[in-house]
Amino acid sequence: MSSDNDYLDGNAAAGELSSIFATDITAAEGQCANCGATKRFAEAHVYMQTPGVVARCAACEHVLLRVVNVRHRIFLDVRGMTFLSFDTSQDRRTVQAAS
Amino acid sequence: MMAIISRGFSGRRSAAVVKLPPGQYLTTDFPVLSAGPTPNVPLDNWQLTIDDGTKVLRKWDWESFRGLPNETFTVDLHCVTRWSKLGATWEGVSLDTLLAEVNTDASYAFVHSYGDYTTNLPLKDLLNQKAWIAFRFDGGELALEHGGPARLLVPHLYLWKSAKWIRRITLTHEDKPGFWEGLGYHNYGDPWREQRYWGE
Ligand SMILES: [Zn+2]
Repeated sequence: MSSDNDYLDGNAAAGELSSIFATDITAAEGQCANCGATKRFAEAHVYMQTPGVVARCAACEHVLLRVVNVRHRIFLDVRGMTFLSFDTSQDRRTVQAAS
Repeated sequence: MMAIISRGFSGRRSAAVVKLPPGQYLTTDFPVLSAGPTPNVPLDNWQLTIDDGTKVLRKWDWESFRGLPNETFTVDLHCVTRWSKLGATWEGVSLDTLLAEVNTDASYAFVHSYGDYTTNLPLKDLLNQKAWIAFRFDGGELALEHGGPARLLVPHLYLWKSAKWIRRITLTHEDKPGFWEGLGYHNYGDPWREQRYWGE
């Protein structure tokens, strides 16, 4: 395995994170607490072949988010992001259309 | 009775004979687990340091590290992701050798890798021929993806404690959780007591 391709993109973490977030996180924008880059979560470098899931900044490889799914508990670490912003406009339209 | 005997002597003999820690299965390959990009440290820049959090107690460059007495040893590895690999042969320097001239009353070791990986364990688990810094595996140089040029090996604990790409060991009086220990994984990680997660 080469050192360049042992990660996946942020979409790979969508399944694991869908049990935590009500909104699709891959479309959300997060700011790296280390370098300040703001990118869509889908662009993150995701490492799945680990005891947890680790998402890293595509610009500086700093850890953005970690998830550990143990027996009856999920641990989430988002210290690596100063914010994570979700676009809810699509959701609102859906809600209005449905109501 | 006959059925029991014939089942015991056919098929999965290795699985029947080998005793694994609870919840583990046997594998013959060597899966690569990485929580980040693989660091590629040129040997000219490689250093291994033992410190006490403030001052450096011992330090080796690659040449002086490789000049230390080393050992060939065969150990079983148990990964918390449930695979076990038996009878892996390594070459490395015992932590007893590395810590021989270190005078400390610390109780814990906090291990840093190249990259940002960390792990913690009691200092006594590094002593008495239980831990090595390995640089060869299965007769060849230790591949980068398995932690080369040198990795920690503490085979009596789950493999996440055996930090790949080891760079520094900090000896401390207070225990501090490492990369996985801080997020749900057991602080000690004994595979025979199946200490995978917090509270087990
Ligand atoms: Zn960054």
